[in-house]
Amino acid sequence: MSDDDVLLQVDGVCKNFGEIRACDNVSFELWPGEVLGIVGESGSGKTTLLNCLAGRTEPDSGLISYTNRRGEASDIFAMFEPERRMLARTDWGFVHQNPRDGLRLDITAGGNIGERLMMVGARHYGNIRGEAETWMNRVELELGRIDSLPRTFSGGMQQRLQIARNLVSGPRLIFMDEPTGGLDVSVQARLLDLLRELVRELNVAVVIVTHDLAVARLLSDRLMVMRHGAVVESGLTDQVLDDPQHAYSQLLVSSILQV
Amino acid sequence: MVTKQNTQTMIDVSGLSKTFVLHTQGSARISVFEDLSLDVAAGECMALDGPSGAGKSTLMRILYANYRIDQGRIEVRHEGEMVDLASSAPRTVLEVRRHTLGYVSQFLRVIPRVSTLDVVAEPLRALGTDEAEAHDRARTMLARLNVPERLWGLAPATFSGGEQQRVNVARGFVAELPILLLDEPTASLDAINRQCVMGLIDEAKTRGAAVVGIFHDREVRDAVADRVFDMRETLAASGEAA
Ligand SMILES: Nc1ncnc2c1ncn2[C@@H]1O[C@H](COP(=O)(O)OP(=O)(O)OP(=O)(O)O)[C@@H](O)[C@H]1O
Ligand SMILES: Nc1ncnc2c1ncn2[C@@H]1O[C@H](COP(=O)(O)OP(=O)(O)OP(=O)(O)O)[C@@H](O)[C@H]1O
Ligand SMILES: [Mg+2]
Ligand SMILES: [Mg+2]
Repeated sequence: MSDDDVLLQVDGVCKNFGEIRACDNVSFELWPGEVLGIVGESGSGKTTLLNCLAGRTEPDSGLISYTNRRGEASDIFAMFEPERRMLARTDWGFVHQNPRDGLRLDITAGGNIGERLMMVGARHYGNIRGEAETWMNRVELELGRIDSLPRTFSGGMQQRLQIARNLVSGPRLIFMDEPTGGLDVSVQARLLDLLRELVRELNVAVVIVTHDLAVARLLSDRLMVMRHGAVVESGLTDQVLDDPQHAYSQLLVSSILQV
Repeated sequence: MVTKQNTQTMIDVSGLSKTFVLHTQGSARISVFEDLSLDVAAGECMALDGPSGAGKSTLMRILYANYRIDQGRIEVRHEGEMVDLASSAPRTVLEVRRHTLGYVSQFLRVIPRVSTLDVVAEPLRALGTDEAEAHDRARTMLARLNVPERLWGLAPATFSGGEQQRVNVARGFVAELPILLLDEPTASLDAINRQCVMGLIDEAKTRGAAVVGIFHDREVRDAVADRVFDMRETLAASGEAA
């Protein structure tokens, strides 16, 4: 497939929880290597949308079509469950806000990274161990901690481990839900640097949910503003932040000091 | 000698209208301009002139597709073809920015923790230039703008206004893009550095770049501008500007 094929095509996605419209007719396209930020108030449906996109929650209606490495586009909810699960291992990554949701706490740091590789078919122990070491390095985790359990790690270290676990298998699309959310400011800063570098270097497409407009400015090419489940505005990140059109985006931008 | 390339239209704006609607302030409307048209050729420098609030920076940001418009076309020559930024998809706009549009804002937007050398090299890296060459060219540009070498490894956050502005200029000129948008590039500079920026603008014009600039400094404007675009004449009738 070439860079001219859309990676993800989202059309009229709706998801209700009882009376709550968590996602209301969301449509957009994502291209290879593009970073899309999603911002909006609490409860506006960001996590729900992310879960739909990543094949974890089935929408009530609408289409989510993913173009695989061979250039074939298919509706991710029309495929069989095993096929979708395979894609989640080979092509996608999901970085949770709480690293505990994205890590196996009962296996070592090295095991957490290596497991992802084994899921996509790696068998040679030496190679797996080598890759795990490389990735420990890349996310700035001390090699000496490779055999420690993640629960002995700080929040920032766990988050970096989660990122390594997701990137090691060379995914084409990563979903991130508030990846810097639970961390203190200085740890956040280093994590952001790391993400910025990795995203550029690996040319992986990213959909990132954040409530922090400075994070959105730093990482994303495009931005979508959500409110009550609907996308009220979207565009280039600097357009949306510097010349917001919708009343809600203006409120969002004006309620922070400077981004 | 005027080559064919030097007479080519690089920017062609027509029928441009821009109104800000401030929803958080009782939906106040600021109409900045209506039906504005302008064009700039390769090798030419056009200065935007007008009183404070006339919309000079707004127009500049529109040319970079940073601000949106209500009506009109913003065509720029990108790899030989005119592309309308107003109706282009975001990824096309990003592509045009990378390859065609250099923008020197009035103030540097500092990316936290990124060194000056990397800030300046970044436009080249975005075009695929390898790190060594990008750094080489960034060093040359920083030296030329008299940014002290001891600062190159530091993030510009703590730099003086003039130092930050020179980093910004270096970043804007390093990739030698076909169109340069300069918002007060000499505002906080001393005479020597002002001279230096004027030299860069002249060289850019000589290689065929189209330049649009806002220059408060009359001496700079007279030296570099081939034409002056008077924004008083384009003020929207209902505008609050002036
Ligand atoms: N499994 C569920 N069952 C019932 N309601 C749900 C469920 N998941 C989400 N909701 C509701 O759907 C709405 C959107 O929730 P969602 O988690 O997507 O919001 P969000 O934008 O991610 O918010 P936050 O920024 O606080 O994380 C909320 O009103 C939430 O209470
Ligand atoms: N992002 C924005 N949101 C709302 N109004 C804006 C915005 N940017 C500019 N304006 C308004 O548009 C008008 C033109 O402003 P602009 O900054 O373009 O003027 P200028 O000619 O560059 O002035 P100066 O010489 O003082 O820099 C002003 O009334 C300004 O308040
Ligand atoms: Mg959420
Ligand atoms: Mg101005």
